[in-house]
Parts: sequence; C-alpha cells; structure tokens
Amino acid sequence: MSTAAVDLFQVSKFYDDRVVVDALSFTVSPGECFGLLGPNGAGKSTLARLILGVASPDAGKICVLGEPVPARARLARRGIGVVPQFDNLDLQLTVRENLLVFGRYFAMSAAEVKAVTPSLLEFARLENKADARVSELSGGMRRRLTLARALINDPQLLVLDEPTTGLDPHGRHLIWERLRSLLARGKTILLTTHFMEEAERLCDRLCVLEHGRKIAEGQPHALIEQQIGCQVIEIYGGNPHELLPLVRPQVQRAEVSGETLFCYVTDPEQVRLRLANRTDLRFLQRPPNLEDVFLRLTGREIKD
Amino acid sequence: MWQRFAPALPANPWNWIAVWRRNFLVWRKVALASILGNLAEPMSSLFGLGFGLGMIIGGVEGTSYISFLAAGMVATSAMVSATFETIYAAYARMQTNCTWEAVLCTPLTLGDIVLGEVAWAASKALLAGTAITIVAVALGYAEWSSIPYALPAIALTGVTFASLAMVVSALAPSHDYFIFYQSLILTPMMYLSGTIFPMSQLPGSFQRIAALLPLTHSVDLIRPAMLGRPVDSVGLHVGALCIYAAFPFLVSAVLLRQRLMR
Repeated sequence: MSTAAVDLFQVSKFYDDRVVVDALSFTVSPGECFGLLGPNGAGKSTLARLILGVASPDAGKICVLGEPVPARARLARRGIGVVPQFDNLDLQLTVRENLLVFGRYFAMSAAEVKAVTPSLLEFARLENKADARVSELSGGMRRRLTLARALINDPQLLVLDEPTTGLDPHGRHLIWERLRSLLARGKTILLTTHFMEEAERLCDRLCVLEHGRKIAEGQPHALIEQQIGCQVIEIYGGNPHELLPLVRPQVQRAEVSGETLFCYVTDPEQVRLRLANRTDLRFLQRPPNLEDVFLRLTGREIKD
Repeated sequence: MWQRFAPALPANPWNWIAVWRRNFLVWRKVALASILGNLAEPMSSLFGLGFGLGMIIGGVEGTSYISFLAAGMVATSAMVSATFETIYAAYARMQTNCTWEAVLCTPLTLGDIVLGEVAWAASKALLAGTAITIVAVALGYAEWSSIPYALPAIALTGVTFASLAMVVSALAPSHDYFIFYQSLILTPMMYLSGTIFPMSQLPGSFQRIAALLPLTHSVDLIRPAMLGRPVDSVGLHVGALCIYAAFPFLVSAVLLRQRLMR
C-alpha cells in the first residue's frame, strides 16, 4: 500500500479516439500542495475526475489515500474534499442547510454537522450569512462556501479544480489565503489551475500539462530557474516579427506570442538601448515566471 | 464485471436516504404551492369528467361513474407525479444544476443517487394519490376502510413509474425529448389501462396489450381497494409492478453510469 496521498502510474484516458490523458505518472505526498497546470483542454478536470473515481482510466493505476481507484473510490472519497470547477451548491437552500445536506452524504448526524458548522462558517468568512439563501450570495462568497462544504468531513486531501476561476482579485486573494491556512493545518492539496500566479504562490510542486501529457514537473522556482534563468522584457506596440531580427543579437532567446515579443536576456538595458528610437513601443521588464516556462516548452501562451 | 457496475448500484440499503432528505428539504419550502399545483389537474379531471360524463353514462361496473373514475385518477396522478418529478426535476438536478455531480464526489454511489431520486419521486406520487383518495373518501366516492389498502398500491405505482421515467431521463439528450414519452407512452397508456373507461370496452387485441401495461396493474389494485371490493390476483399485479420497477431501475443505473461517469 502506497503512503502517497495520490499516486498515478502510467494513466491514460481516451474519449472516443481522442487522448485526454496520456500515460501520466505523478505522486502527491501528504501535506504538500501539488499543482496541475495547463491551458483549458489539457486534461486537468479529467484528471480530477479520475482521481475521484468518477471516471475510469483506460490504462494505468491510480491509488488515492491508500485505496485503489476506481475500485474502492467510494472509500477514498470519505477522506477527500472537492471544490469543483463550477459551483454546484443548492441555490434554494441556505448556507447552513447546504452544509447540513452535504454532511449527511458523509453519514454525519445533524448534531455532528451543527457542531462543526460555526468553525466552517468562520473559515469561509460567512458567519453573518448562515441563514441567507445561496442564490443571494456573491460569486466569491459561493466559492468560499463551496470550500467550506468541501471541509465538512475533515478531509485529508482536497481536490480543487480551478478554485479561483471567475473571481475578482480580492476574492482570489482571500481564497489563496484560506488555502494556505489549510496547508498549515497539514492538509494535502491537489490543485488544477491555468493561473500561473496561483500555481507559483501556492504549489510546492507542480506538473505542467499539455494535451494530457506531462511536459515538466518540479518546484515552481526550480522550473523557472532551469527553463529560463534570466530576466524577461515584454515588448508591445509594434509588429513583433519585425522587431525580432533587430533585438536578436542582444537576447539569449526570443518568442513571439500574439502581439507581444518576449525577450529573455541577462542584460535588459541592451535591448532598451537597441530600440531607444522607437517611441511607439512599450516595455515591461520583469523577473521570469511560469508563463515563460510554459511558453518556452510549448511555444505558446497559456492564456486561453 | 462486478467492479465495473458497482458504482451504478446502491452501496448499502440506507445511503439513498440522504438524497431523499435533500429533496425533501428543498420541497418543504414550496410545499403548499407544490401540493396545490399537483392536485389541480387530477381534481378538475375527476369533477369535470366525473359529473359531466357521469350524468350521461350513469353507472359503470356496479358503481357510479365518478366512483369508478376516482380510482383511475388516483392511479393516473401517481403515474404523472412520479414521472414528472423524474423527467423534469431529477433531470434538472442531474443535467442543469449539477447537484448529482456534487454528490458523486462524496462516498455515495450513482446507484445511491438514483435510488434516492426514485424513492423521492415515489413519495411525491404517494402524496398526490393519497390526497385524491382522501378527497374521494370525504365526498363518499370511496370507502374509509380502503385507505390502508390503497396507499401501498399507490406507493408501488410511484416507484414503478419513477423507475421507468429514470430510463427516459438517462437516454434524453435534452428535456425537449420528454414530450415524446408523455404523448406516445403515458397518454395512450392512460386510455388503455381502464382509468377513464372499463378495459372491457376495448377491442380484444387492445385488451391483451393493455393487460401487460403497468398502469393496468395499478388500477386493478387501487380500484377494488377504493370501492371496498376484494382484489383479484394481488400477487400477479404486485409482481408485475415490481418487475416494472426493478428492471428499469437497473437499466437506468447502467445507462446513467455510461452518461455521467465516462
């Protein structure tokens, strides 16, 4: 029996003849935050479904919390909390009733749910919304309630499928802060996201996916250092294909993505000097991030 | 093989109760409107047809037409209630509101959800059928003593038609398709099964088809009970309804597994 929280070995999944997950292997250790990073359609949500045993793999082995999945997925799910990509709360019920209904699915009595409700509401910052109907809550509040609902069974493992998609920056930061407090309490988090910033801030390790394949795996900062390892200048406002030959001698590497020219350089001032006479251009100089790693590995941006 | 279909079956005999209680909690908030809405149609049919046609027809099978029709309306309303709850409300919980998706992330199986939904739809059928029975009894069209015999038959009718409707829900690409089930299956069945007029009025070949329909078995259990007469072949009718409940339940669970857990 595996001691890992999640263990995937050579897992593949096909829909009709299309490969959605392609011989993927990774391991999530207890207590870590593991990110699955990739654009829409990379197979992230399918992976979450496979790990929950809601879908079955066509090849490979999955083990979650020591249980083989999907064979004993029901038992594994006792110890898992899930935040789905799209909220599926009961809109007609109140915040408190949503928790009660969900607790019953985990065979909790009304008294047991009642006992944990105050701390969950406090965690979700919804103390004064306990008796409000979910239909009256804002998007951010609904997301926090979904997160609180996922904690009703005091799970060891949280599976979060794009937990901050559709939230405003304030709502997103609040969720991130809540997730960090869960990690501090020793929970294991498996997070899918297409937000580089989210992955960089939260994840101890991550797996970058494209078309269901793993294209890189490691700690966010190590990946950035390995793949990029220098400063980045983004240049907007001109035709990037015309600019590319002009800056080529000054940069280590350059990529065109949409209207932007990404230059990877050790000395950014050289590039600025080279284009000093071009007043139509705008420059953004910044440290490298996961976006650059993705661009480097796939030749395109993740934003889609 | 067994492992493949285990998620489509109930995990234990009590998990479904959590699904039933969730639906009950939501329904409780709109209970009055729901009861009135569900009763308006069968009641207007009962009184409209019962009094209007009753005056022309006089007696049927040794009782007044309205007494004859009351049992037919009880069976029909149980059928319609269970069906509508499954093809509209349960389908919305599965397809539109993603309520089932949330439950699938808990220790419950798809089979637990389907069983909870069938039990819930049957409960609404029992409520509708019972309400009409009580009205019929209060107005003297049925016997008080009939109620304990009629209720189990109404409940079984509810389970049967909820199960059948679950197959339709599992197959329907969208709710637009449900109209075919209503107009091509349920409405003809209502006319064939002796709810509005005695089956003996049908041509012989239609009678043989009608004898196989689940609603016929419901009417054959409910009508004698309501009129205080002995019920013939109880075992046959109960057995037939149980088959019509169990087999579609399994088929719908397997179809839903293919639809939702691919």
